[in-house]
Amino acid sequence: MRGLLQIAVVVAVLAAVPLVVQSNTTLNFLVVTLLIALAGQGWNILGGYGGQYSFGHAAFFGTGAYVTAILQVRYGVNAWLAFGAGIVLGAAVGGVIGALTFRAGLRGSYFALVSLAFAEVLRIVASVAPITGAGVGTLVKLDLRVEALQFQSRAVFYWVILALVAVSLLVAQRLERTRFGTWLIAVRENEDAAKALGVNATQVKLGAMVISAAITAAAGCFYTQYFLFVDSGIAFGTRMSIEALLTPIIGGAGTVFGPLLGALVVQALGEGAKLVAGDAPGLSLIVYGCVLVLVIAFAPRGLIGLVETIYRRVARPTKREAAHD
Amino acid sequence: MTEPLLSVERVSCRFGGLLAVNAASLTVAAGRITGLIGPNGAGKTTLFAIISGFQRPSDGIVRYRGETITGLPPYELARRGIARTFQIVQPFAGLSVRENILVGAHLRHPKRSNALAAADLVGREVGLADLLDRAADTLTVSGRKRLELARALATEPQLLLLDEVLAGLNPTEIHEIAPTIRRLCERGISILMIEHVMQAVMSLSQHVFVLAEGCIIAEGTPAEVAADRAVVEAYLGHGAAKKLGGAHGR
Repeated sequence: MRGLLQIAVVVAVLAAVPLVVQSNTTLNFLVVTLLIALAGQGWNILGGYGGQYSFGHAAFFGTGAYVTAILQVRYGVNAWLAFGAGIVLGAAVGGVIGALTFRAGLRGSYFALVSLAFAEVLRIVASVAPITGAGVGTLVKLDLRVEALQFQSRAVFYWVILALVAVSLLVAQRLERTRFGTWLIAVRENEDAAKALGVNATQVKLGAMVISAAITAAAGCFYTQYFLFVDSGIAFGTRMSIEALLTPIIGGAGTVFGPLLGALVVQALGEGAKLVAGDAPGLSLIVYGCVLVLVIAFAPRGLIGLVETIYRRVARPTKREAAHD
Repeated sequence: MTEPLLSVERVSCRFGGLLAVNAASLTVAAGRITGLIGPNGAGKTTLFAIISGFQRPSDGIVRYRGETITGLPPYELARRGIARTFQIVQPFAGLSVRENILVGAHLRHPKRSNALAAADLVGREVGLADLLDRAADTLTVSGRKRLELARALATEPQLLLLDEVLAGLNPTEIHEIAPTIRRLCERGISILMIEHVMQAVMSLSQHVFVLAEGCIIAEGTPAEVAADRAVVEAYLGHGAAKKLGGAHGR
């Protein structure tokens, strides 16, 4: 109950932001931040809760983005349906990659490298295949109607992505309260011990991969509807893979709010760097790198972990005093 | 004699040129504590890994309740009622004691509330009642061994495979944990325990198998096995039985 309440409060506060903030620049920043938070939450399900560190979540993001774009542009499919199809196909790609890697018993850095390779293969294919528009990319026609899942006001886009983030938060919270989630965490902590206790580790990891891919694919679908353009670098480039893993690790991998917090901090720092140093290419990546080093060195459990540690240090003495009374 | 719960039939396991287990056969009778002992490097752990599904044998069959279970994955064995502990304790370090046991309890209780209740019950049974909220990595060695036991028990097994649960414990701690194991047997759980320490297993088991250099060299009641010439030689070296004279010789 407490977990659900926390989610409700956070989402309610975030939902109120466009009522106060009118600036399009700020709203744009927040939409992109929530987009990254959503992609990161996808990664968090598999990486944070399941301990399988994927370096190729762009594979799912890109699948969602391309499917949404291609179905509309080439096959005239309704945008909402295309959005749903993007999520389903993203999950399917996750299922295929998961089946191949987990059944082969790939763990740790081997899994990371192979997942990166899958995303790179998809990027190269997308950059030459005619159906994706090859090097030119795919442009979705501007059509500002609700039926086309496009909105005049950025605030509406903001609420749409916030709703998706809210669903992803609920999924993560649910994970902490169910058998599937308990088993997934057990696999992260010690795969052999989990197997001995009746956990089919391959199946559990595969399930997590599919959920994870679906969430990150949803971020890709939204990207297409928001920016109305997708090319191979945006969709399957390593940049998205890195952002998807960076935000939960910085915020707190394996926690419900880690990706959201991480995305806020990372995006704010990226924007801050732009203000200070101008729009130098690659600057945000340098900032991400520095933050990542700092977090791993001083807060291995991410910002949420850091907050918990501080909270405990402050709270413990008072508890002891209470016990003495 | 009725059909044994578990029977290992001429199981061999080869790693390259090394024959770790050589046509070993043993049986575990239902409702009893069976011991598997042997000196260091005898192949106990390999044989144990084969029984628990972590290692595929090169040859031979493992039967459980008459069904062949050779080569089945560990999670499938757990579902059928065979649970194991690890010699080197493998707690889920980042989780609390209760959450550790919960992982096992979920096997028979899909619903979280039921599984939590079952986990608490098992925790109490093995003497971890006061430590349920502690982080698993803050437990002492003895606590960790109990946790290993609790997690395995939470899967509600009919056959419990204990891999050196007593190793690394001091005599007082062994004295404390031994009655727990005996109680489990009285409750109807059949137990196969591997031990390197002879004394402990001798007092607990009703039937003992001795493994040396990959072969079963003796079996019988603890007293019979302790008096066996081959066993004494395996533990103390060739000629030892002779030196000890009539006391142990047969």
